[in-house]
Amino acid sequence: MEFWANLLAGAFIVGGLFFMLVGSVGIVRLPDFYTRAHAAGKVDTLGIMLFIAGLIVYEGWTLVSAKLALISVFIALTSPVATHHMLRRALAYGLKPWTRP
Amino acid sequence: MESFFFGVALALAVILLIPFYRVYRGPAVGDRLLGAAAAGTKTLTLVLLIGVLYDRLDMFVDISMGYAILNFAGVIAMSKYFRTQTTARR
Repeated sequence: MEFWANLLAGAFIVGGLFFMLVGSVGIVRLPDFYTRAHAAGKVDTLGIMLFIAGLIVYEGWTLVSAKLALISVFIALTSPVATHHMLRRALAYGLKPWTRP
Repeated sequence: MESFFFGVALALAVILLIPFYRVYRGPAVGDRLLGAAAAGTKTLTLVLLIGVLYDRLDMFVDISMGYAILNFAGVIAMSKYFRTQTTARR
């Protein structure tokens, strides 16, 4: 039972690591501020939530797990909100969206 | 499991360095801010992982929670502060 829980935790953590890598590469590679915000706001949030889910599975039913779940909910709420706020500011102060040349 | 977490921490430290390219280069102010915010949220998971490695996750989880709140407040404050979105350097 211990082995399978550890395997599941490892799968979650590696999946989260993969999504965080995709988010980082997207921030560097995409052509425009708005598309970059797309990479940072959604893919990174999914990666971090998967990562914390893996840590919860590794930890078991304790108070630390509850706090980890709380961090996960907080990240899921605030990371898209912060990205959206940056986007609205950029649009309000006149940053032109990228179009295919 | 210990060596697995150590390898994940190393990989995460490398992944964490990638958005700093956007902080250094990024044409608009928002790009730099976006890279800093992405690096901040990834640092949070690195703090959790250090807690697992030191076997003191009960302490580091509180540090991580504070870091999440600080990161969010900092990003909101800075994006309210910067009024121009000019291209600083190509």
